[in-house]
Amino acid sequence: MKQDAATARQLGLVNCHDCRLLVETPQHAPGRCPRCGAHLHLRKPNSLARTWALVCAAVIFIIPANLLPMTITTTLGAKQADTILSGVIYFMQSGSWEIAMVIFIASVFVPFAKLSILIVLLLSVQFRSAWRPKDRTTLYRLTELVGRWSMVDIYVVTILVALVKLGAVAAIEAGPAAVYFAAVVVVTMFAAESFDPRLIWDVIEEDV
Amino acid sequence: MAPNVTTSNQRRPVDAAGPWGSAGRCRPRVVACPDCDLLNRFPEEYRSTLLCARCGAVLYRRRPNSIDRSLALTFAALVLFLLSNSFPFLAMKSGGFIQETTLLTGIRELWKQGLQGLSLLVLLTCVLVPLAQMLGLLYILAPLKWGRRPAVGAARVFRLVQEVAPWGMMEVFMMGILVALVKLGHMATIVPGVSVYSFGALIFVMAAAFSCLDPHLLWDRLDLRQ
Repeated sequence: MKQDAATARQLGLVNCHDCRLLVETPQHAPGRCPRCGAHLHLRKPNSLARTWALVCAAVIFIIPANLLPMTITTTLGAKQADTILSGVIYFMQSGSWEIAMVIFIASVFVPFAKLSILIVLLLSVQFRSAWRPKDRTTLYRLTELVGRWSMVDIYVVTILVALVKLGAVAAIEAGPAAVYFAAVVVVTMFAAESFDPRLIWDVIEEDV
Repeated sequence: MAPNVTTSNQRRPVDAAGPWGSAGRCRPRVVACPDCDLLNRFPEEYRSTLLCARCGAVLYRRRPNSIDRSLALTFAALVLFLLSNSFPFLAMKSGGFIQETTLLTGIRELWKQGLQGLSLLVLLTCVLVPLAQMLGLLYILAPLKWGRRPAVGAARVFRLVQEVAPWGMMEVFMMGILVALVKLGHMATIVPGVSVYSFGALIFVMAAAFSCLDPHLLWDRLDLRQ
């Protein structure tokens, strides 16, 4: 690190969350940003506790999201329930492996990867790890960026439900997993938003 | 040693057209990284981007002609958005029977099936949030473009636009359309409608409008302290 490097906190400044104005203010009671009116916080409030709570909720929701059926297809009276994974396997077998890839990455890989990354980040802050802070910050930015793409499956179900309703011939209904899966996506997005990556750096500075 | 920090109270004169452009009256000389809190100084020589020295976050990127470009692109996006929502994006033909769907009928169908929460989520992420973002940007940018005072509550509107940004998911919805297209291709004849093309254009125009925005410049102009 360069000689003159200092953080805003060390100099008694609060970085406005919304407009990035550096404000000189008593840090125990920061008040509002003079430029944009946002509430000022030195760090996101209760970041660790909130993120843990949301991550736990997502871990619970992800179980029914993967075990229960996502879509229920009726063709000529025969009902077939598909979970996320059975849908992926169906596409692999029917030869459209690119669709299988998209759904697998968006609906299985991304949510699990995102949750694992958040748990690793939380643990590393909680155990005051000094391990590769720059890479952990990059991981955090990645989870923020990539989480939204999990919504693909929800949209596919929306479109199928709207389009395929030919009465007894063919109809698709959304299964119960759709709700749980949507909950996983929304809750992990909130979790990523409530985690404050500056904590990764704070614990290192405090320990040095 | 601590850097010499320029805080909110110190301003540069109007004619101080430094290497970082002349747009701002109080262009900050030091910014704190939102990801690691390190203070980064704007170097004297011109650069098009400023990355955090410690964690690599993008702190500043030059956006030439920011207000004009984002305003034009947001107008275009609004037109494409209206187009996308008034025409069907997919039609399914099977045995002389045609089933068309627009974004809104899909949402209504989910609601009728008893999945109100899900249908609200889709409504929010694909219709309301993008619409709010576009209208919000127009509201902020139009007065600035024509040299008026910032609109009433513009700072609050811009904060809102920034905060809802992660929840606008039109590009993800576009991906969903493509997947559904292939998925149903096995079962019936699928005809992509007008709205698929306008939607496809919309996500690029919308992304361009946002990447032309210069938040530093806008916050400078929308300053509540004026």
